[in-house]
Amino acid sequence: MATPNTPLWEVFIRSRNGLAHKHVGSLHASDATLALQAARDVYTRRGEGLSIWVVPSSAITASDPAEKGMMFEPAESKIYRHPTFYDVPEEVGHM
Amino acid sequence: MYTQALNTSEAEDRNLEDAARAEEFQARIDAEERIEPNDWMPAAYRKTLVRQISQHAHSEIVGMLPEGNWITRAPTLRRKAALLAKVQDECGHGLYLYAAAETLGSSREELVDQMLAGKAKYSSIFNYPTLTWADIGVIGWLVDGAAIMNQIPLCRCSYGPYARAMIRVCKEESFHQRQGYEIMLTLSRGSQEQKAMAQDALNRWWWPVLMMFGPPDRASQHGDTSTKWKIKRFSNDELRQKFVNATVPQAQYLGLTIPDPGMKLNETTGHWEYSAIDWEEFKQVLAGNGPCNRDRMAARRKAHEEGAWVREAAAAYAQKRRQRSAARAA
Repeated sequence: MATPNTPLWEVFIRSRNGLAHKHVGSLHASDATLALQAARDVYTRRGEGLSIWVVPSSAITASDPAEKGMMFEPAESKIYRHPTFYDVPEEVGHM
Repeated sequence: MYTQALNTSEAEDRNLEDAARAEEFQARIDAEERIEPNDWMPAAYRKTLVRQISQHAHSEIVGMLPEGNWITRAPTLRRKAALLAKVQDECGHGLYLYAAAETLGSSREELVDQMLAGKAKYSSIFNYPTLTWADIGVIGWLVDGAAIMNQIPLCRCSYGPYARAMIRVCKEESFHQRQGYEIMLTLSRGSQEQKAMAQDALNRWWWPVLMMFGPPDRASQHGDTSTKWKIKRFSNDELRQKFVNATVPQAQYLGLTIPDPGMKLNETTGHWEYSAIDWEEFKQVLAGNGPCNRDRMAARRKAHEEGAWVREAAAAYAQKRRQRSAARAA
């Protein structure tokens, strides 16, 4: 008999105070409580985290990589958003 | 290595691809870009990766069996705790790898079912028995050592999720190899009997470990496309030679003899040249006729069947909770 599928979850871990939660991988669990426990066992066996988020994978909406050109074009052309665009005389020092 | 059964040609898939997209894909690979799950990829690339990653995952899971055999008989509490942690890591590695394989569109359940049905392979090495405590030392030192040799280049594999999983795996494997070598060091500095036990384990595992790297380059049909796609960065023979060169001085330090009387150092190349490998034995083990193939499959099937009620109970509980919260909301 084929094994029925168990829902997929994405796991995010905050490694230290002050840092953001970061995606570390995914796992299968039938509900959120079991997903958290499995995330602890699978992804934090060596003190990797202070906090875990688990999110059903089906709840994530992702941008389409095929459209990344159009999606990120607005940022490409605006070099004046970067500090190095502006000239500050050397005498002024670090700014 | 953990994916030895990949030596079949998949030329038939390649003819069907859109040539322009395939060219663009190859250009991305050549530019060292990582391929991500939703990117376009040739069907044969996807198929090769699903097979390679899932075989690798199965190997991690089946690999728990020979070591699990010694957990209850570890000689000290320290050794027992370390072995437990190591076996737990192997399970974790299997799970990272199944997750990476799933990003290519096959479910974990499907992949596990293929393995239980005997349709998917796992590494030949786990079909050898662990007869004494020294085998646990040799597995950590040599089997994990060989695995690391193979897995470090996989951290730069062109497929992003696989490369990321391998980075996590490699970080953890280094503890495995060191704990194995420590066991060997203790035994080889112990009584005559302990030293003999260490030597015996090395004698039994040496050749099967060399076989882990897969068929010699001249016999492998699969290497070419995997290399072109940067799934594979070194050939089987290159990795095998690197492993032998690294291992010989470690064995000398232990005062153990590598069971290959013909082995000699080539002064020009700096390589330790080993004698011919018995590829017939390798073929037999892959075909299911190794010393423990039937035991391993029986143990995996038993664990899967006996765990069915846990999976069913968890699913039923989750469903009950969903129904209750729906009823409350109504």
